[in-house]
Amino acid sequence: MLRRPIRRTRKGDFEVRISAEERRLLASLVPQLRAALEADDDPGGATDPSLRRLFPAAYPDDEVRDREYRSMVHDDLRARRQAALDTVEASVDATRLDEETLLAWMGAVNDLRLVLGTRLDVSEETELVADPADPDGPALAVYGYLGFLLESMVSALSE
Amino acid sequence: MSAPSPAPVEVDEPDLDEVTDIDTPWIVLVWNDPINLMSYVTFVLQKLFGYSRDKATKLMLDVHHKGRAVVANGSREKCELDVFRLHEHGLWATMQHDR
Repeated sequence: MLRRPIRRTRKGDFEVRISAEERRLLASLVPQLRAALEADDDPGGATDPSLRRLFPAAYPDDEVRDREYRSMVHDDLRARRQAALDTVEASVDATRLDEETLLAWMGAVNDLRLVLGTRLDVSEETELVADPADPDGPALAVYGYLGFLLESMVSALSE
Repeated sequence: MSAPSPAPVEVDEPDLDEVTDIDTPWIVLVWNDPINLMSYVTFVLQKLFGYSRDKATKLMLDVHHKGRAVVANGSREKCELDVFRLHEHGLWATMQHDR
Protein backbone atom coordinates (compact mmCIF):
# COMPACT_ATOMS: atom_id res chain seq x y z
CA MET A 1 0.00 0.00 0.00
CA LEU A 2 1.81 3.05 -1.20
CA ARG A 3 -0.74 5.80 -0.89
CA ARG A 4 -0.89 7.85 2.27
CA PRO A 5 -4.49 8.25 3.41
CA ILE A 6 -3.82 11.08 5.87
CA ARG A 7 -1.56 13.99 5.04
CA ARG A 8 -0.75 17.29 6.69
CA THR A 9 -1.47 20.19 4.38
CA ARG A 10 0.53 23.37 4.05
CA LYS A 11 -2.23 25.16 5.97
CA GLY A 12 -1.59 22.88 8.95
CA ASP A 13 -4.80 20.89 8.81
CA PHE A 14 -5.08 17.34 7.48
CA GLU A 15 -6.29 15.91 4.22
CA VAL A 16 -8.19 12.61 4.43
CA ARG A 17 -7.96 10.60 1.22
CA ILE A 18 -9.92 7.45 1.92
CA SER A 19 -12.63 5.89 -0.21
CA ALA A 20 -16.37 5.99 0.41
CA GLU A 21 -16.14 2.30 1.30
CA GLU A 22 -13.52 2.95 3.94
CA ARG A 23 -15.67 5.74 5.38
CA ARG A 24 -18.65 3.36 5.50
CA LEU A 25 -16.49 0.83 7.32
CA LEU A 26 -15.49 3.41 9.95
CA ALA A 27 -19.10 4.60 10.24
CA SER A 28 -20.20 1.00 10.86
CA LEU A 29 -17.54 0.29 13.52
CA VAL A 30 -18.26 3.39 15.62
CA PRO A 31 -21.77 2.37 16.81
CA GLN A 32 -20.50 -1.14 17.59
CA LEU A 33 -17.89 0.20 19.98
CA ARG A 34 -20.35 2.74 21.39
CA ALA A 35 -22.84 -0.04 22.18
CA ALA A 36 -20.12 -2.10 23.88
CA LEU A 37 -19.07 0.92 25.96
CA GLU A 38 -22.65 1.73 26.91
CA ALA A 39 -23.18 -1.82 28.13
CA ASP A 40 -20.06 -1.58 30.28
CA ASP A 41 -21.12 0.29 33.40
CA ASP A 42 -19.07 -1.76 35.85
CA PRO A 43 -15.98 0.08 37.12
CA GLY A 44 -14.57 -3.39 37.88
CA GLY A 45 -14.21 -3.64 34.14
CA ALA A 46 -15.34 -7.24 33.97
CA THR A 47 -18.54 -6.82 31.97
CA ASP A 48 -17.08 -7.39 28.50
CA PRO A 49 -13.64 -9.05 28.40
CA SER A 50 -12.85 -7.53 25.00
CA LEU A 51 -12.95 -4.06 26.63
CA ARG A 52 -10.31 -4.90 29.20
CA ARG A 53 -7.56 -3.10 27.28
CA LEU A 54 -9.61 0.10 27.42
CA PHE A 55 -9.81 -0.03 31.22
CA PRO A 56 -6.53 -1.54 32.45
CA ALA A 57 -5.42 -2.02 36.05
CA ALA A 58 -3.24 0.72 37.53
CA TYR A 59 -2.24 -1.37 40.56
CA PRO A 60 -2.17 -5.00 39.36
CA ASP A 61 -0.80 -6.22 42.72
CA ASP A 62 -3.00 -4.13 45.02
CA GLU A 63 -6.66 -4.99 44.75
CA VAL A 64 -7.88 -2.28 47.14
CA ARG A 65 -6.03 0.58 45.45
CA ASP A 66 -6.91 -0.74 42.03
CA ARG A 67 -10.61 -0.76 42.89
CA GLU A 68 -10.29 2.84 44.12
CA TYR A 69 -8.50 3.84 40.93
CA ARG A 70 -11.09 2.17 38.71
CA SER A 71 -14.05 3.67 40.51
CA MET A 72 -12.40 7.08 40.20
CA VAL A 73 -11.54 6.95 36.47
CA HIS A 74 -13.88 4.47 34.80
CA ASP A 75 -16.69 6.85 33.89
CA ASP A 76 -14.26 9.55 32.77
CA LEU A 77 -12.31 7.14 30.54
CA ARG A 78 -15.57 5.90 29.08
CA ALA A 79 -16.94 9.41 28.47
CA ARG A 80 -13.73 10.49 26.69
CA ARG A 81 -13.87 7.41 24.45
CA GLN A 82 -17.53 8.07 23.67
CA ALA A 83 -16.75 11.71 22.85
CA ALA A 84 -14.07 10.61 20.36
CA LEU A 85 -16.59 8.26 18.71
CA ASP A 86 -19.08 11.13 18.45
CA THR A 87 -16.42 13.27 16.77
CA VAL A 88 -15.60 10.55 14.23
CA GLU A 89 -19.26 10.00 13.48
CA ALA A 90 -19.85 13.72 12.92
CA SER A 91 -16.81 14.10 10.61
CA VAL A 92 -16.64 10.71 8.89
CA ASP A 93 -17.30 12.20 5.43
CA ALA A 94 -14.94 15.17 5.82
CA THR A 95 -11.98 15.51 3.46
CA ARG A 96 -10.21 17.98 5.75
CA LEU A 97 -9.78 17.65 9.52
CA ASP A 98 -8.25 20.04 12.02
CA GLU A 99 -5.66 18.63 14.43
CA GLU A 100 -8.06 18.25 17.35
CA THR A 101 -10.49 16.26 15.23
CA LEU A 102 -7.71 14.06 13.83
CA LEU A 103 -6.53 13.35 17.40
CA ALA A 104 -10.08 12.18 18.18
CA TRP A 105 -9.99 9.93 15.08
CA MET A 106 -6.64 8.58 16.19
CA GLY A 107 -7.98 7.76 19.67
CA ALA A 108 -11.11 6.10 18.30
CA VAL A 109 -9.17 4.04 15.73
CA ASN A 110 -6.73 2.91 18.41
CA ASP A 111 -9.63 1.95 20.72
CA LEU A 112 -11.19 -0.05 17.88
CA ARG A 113 -7.88 -1.85 17.31
CA LEU A 114 -7.53 -2.63 21.02
CA VAL A 115 -11.01 -4.17 21.18
CA LEU A 116 -10.75 -6.00 17.86
CA GLY A 117 -7.20 -7.20 18.59
CA THR A 118 -8.32 -8.49 21.99
CA ARG A 119 -11.30 -10.29 20.46
CA LEU A 120 -9.03 -11.84 17.81
CA ASP A 121 -6.38 -12.60 20.44
CA VAL A 122 -3.65 -11.25 18.13
CA SER A 123 0.01 -11.76 18.91
CA GLU A 124 3.07 -10.05 17.47
CA GLU A 125 3.28 -12.97 15.03
CA THR A 126 -0.32 -12.73 13.77
CA GLU A 127 -0.39 -12.67 9.96
CA LEU A 128 -2.59 -9.87 8.75
CA VAL A 129 -2.83 -11.18 5.21
CA ALA A 130 -6.40 -12.44 4.96
CA ASP A 131 -6.72 -16.18 4.43
CA PRO A 132 -10.07 -16.85 2.70
CA ALA A 133 -10.43 -20.08 4.68
CA ASP A 134 -10.00 -18.35 8.06
CA PRO A 135 -13.35 -17.47 9.67
CA ASP A 136 -11.55 -14.54 11.36
CA GLY A 137 -10.23 -13.39 7.97
CA PRO A 138 -12.62 -10.45 7.48
CA ALA A 139 -12.09 -9.21 11.04
CA LEU A 140 -8.31 -9.54 10.65
CA ALA A 141 -8.51 -7.55 7.42
CA VAL A 142 -10.37 -4.77 9.26
CA TYR A 143 -7.80 -4.91 12.07
CA GLY A 144 -5.00 -4.64 9.52
CA TYR A 145 -6.68 -1.74 7.76
CA LEU A 146 -7.14 0.16 11.04
CA GLY A 147 -3.43 -0.30 11.73
CA PHE A 148 -2.55 1.09 8.32
CA LEU A 149 -4.85 4.09 8.92
CA LEU A 150 -3.45 4.69 12.41
CA GLU A 151 0.13 4.52 11.14
CA SER A 152 -0.71 7.20 8.60
CA MET A 153 -2.35 9.42 11.23
CA VAL A 154 0.65 9.16 13.57
CA SER A 155 2.99 9.91 10.69
CA ALA A 156 0.96 12.96 9.58
CA LEU A 157 0.69 14.27 13.15
CA SER A 158 4.45 13.82 13.69
CA GLU A 159 5.41 15.78 10.55
CA MET B 1 -14.84 13.19 56.27
CA SER B 2 -14.90 11.14 59.41
CA ALA B 3 -17.39 11.40 62.22
CA PRO B 4 -16.24 13.11 65.44
CA SER B 5 -14.63 10.56 67.69
CA PRO B 6 -14.10 10.54 71.43
CA ALA B 7 -10.71 11.59 72.73
CA PRO B 8 -8.26 8.81 72.01
CA VAL B 9 -6.97 6.83 74.91
CA GLU B 10 -4.36 5.07 72.84
CA VAL B 11 -1.91 6.59 70.43
CA ASP B 12 -2.44 5.16 66.94
CA GLU B 13 0.54 3.36 65.55
CA PRO B 14 1.54 4.97 62.27
CA ASP B 15 0.36 2.98 59.29
CA LEU B 16 3.55 1.61 57.76
CA ASP B 17 2.05 1.65 54.32
CA GLU B 18 1.25 5.35 54.62
CA VAL B 19 4.82 6.06 55.72
CA THR B 20 6.08 4.21 52.66
CA ASP B 21 3.74 6.30 50.52
CA ILE B 22 5.36 9.49 51.70
CA ASP B 23 8.96 8.36 51.61
CA THR B 24 9.09 6.26 48.48
CA PRO B 25 8.52 7.79 45.09
CA TRP B 26 6.36 5.97 42.63
CA ILE B 27 7.17 4.86 39.10
CA VAL B 28 4.93 4.52 36.06
CA LEU B 29 5.57 1.50 33.82
CA VAL B 30 4.42 0.89 30.26
CA TRP B 31 4.23 -2.78 29.27
CA ASN B 32 4.71 -4.42 25.91
CA ASP B 33 1.54 -5.52 24.18
CA PRO B 34 0.94 -7.08 20.77
CA ILE B 35 -1.62 -4.51 19.61
CA ASN B 36 -0.27 -0.98 19.99
CA LEU B 37 1.89 0.19 17.09
CA MET B 38 5.47 1.17 17.88
CA SER B 39 5.01 4.52 16.16
CA TYR B 40 1.83 5.17 18.16
CA VAL B 41 3.51 4.41 21.50
CA THR B 42 6.36 6.78 20.61
CA PHE B 43 3.89 9.49 19.60
CA VAL B 44 1.88 9.16 22.84
CA LEU B 45 5.01 9.34 25.02
CA GLN B 46 6.05 12.53 23.22
CA LYS B 47 2.58 14.05 23.45
CA LEU B 48 1.90 13.24 27.13
CA PHE B 49 5.33 13.84 28.63
CA GLY B 50 6.89 16.28 26.19
CA TYR B 51 9.78 13.88 25.52
CA SER B 52 11.98 14.37 22.47
CA ARG B 53 11.50 11.99 19.57
CA ASP B 54 14.81 10.30 20.55
CA LYS B 55 13.88 9.81 24.19
CA ALA B 56 10.37 8.57 23.37
CA THR B 57 11.78 6.17 20.75
CA LYS B 58 14.30 4.80 23.24
CA LEU B 59 11.58 4.19 25.83
CA MET B 60 9.34 2.56 23.21
CA LEU B 61 12.20 0.25 22.17
CA ASP B 62 12.79 -0.67 25.83
CA VAL B 63 9.10 -1.57 26.09
CA HIS B 64 9.35 -3.60 22.90
CA HIS B 65 12.58 -5.47 23.67
CA LYS B 66 12.60 -5.67 27.48
CA GLY B 67 8.85 -5.98 27.96
CA ARG B 68 8.45 -2.76 29.93
CA ALA B 69 9.95 0.65 30.63
CA VAL B 70 9.70 3.26 33.36
CA VAL B 71 8.24 6.29 31.62
CA ALA B 72 7.61 8.62 34.58
CA ASN B 73 7.98 8.91 38.34
CA GLY B 74 6.99 11.10 41.26
CA SER B 75 4.31 11.30 43.92
CA ARG B 76 1.44 8.85 43.98
CA GLU B 77 -1.00 11.54 42.84
CA LYS B 78 1.16 12.59 39.90
CA CYS B 79 1.76 8.99 38.83
CA GLU B 80 -1.94 8.18 39.06
CA LEU B 81 -2.68 11.06 36.71
CA ASP B 82 0.07 9.87 34.33
CA VAL B 83 -1.37 6.35 34.37
CA PHE B 84 -4.84 7.73 33.71
CA ARG B 85 -3.61 9.70 30.68
CA LEU B 86 -1.76 6.62 29.36
CA HIS B 87 -4.92 4.54 29.83
CA GLU B 88 -6.91 7.22 28.06
CA HIS B 89 -4.55 6.72 25.11
CA GLY B 90 -4.84 2.94 25.25
CA LEU B 91 -1.37 2.14 26.56
CA TRP B 92 -0.92 -0.65 29.05
CA ALA B 93 0.42 1.29 32.05
CA THR B 94 0.72 0.44 35.73
CA MET B 95 2.34 2.08 38.76
CA GLN B 96 4.22 0.84 41.78
CA HIS B 97 6.61 1.91 44.53
CA ASP B 98 10.14 2.49 43.30
CA ARG B 99 12.00 -0.11 45.31
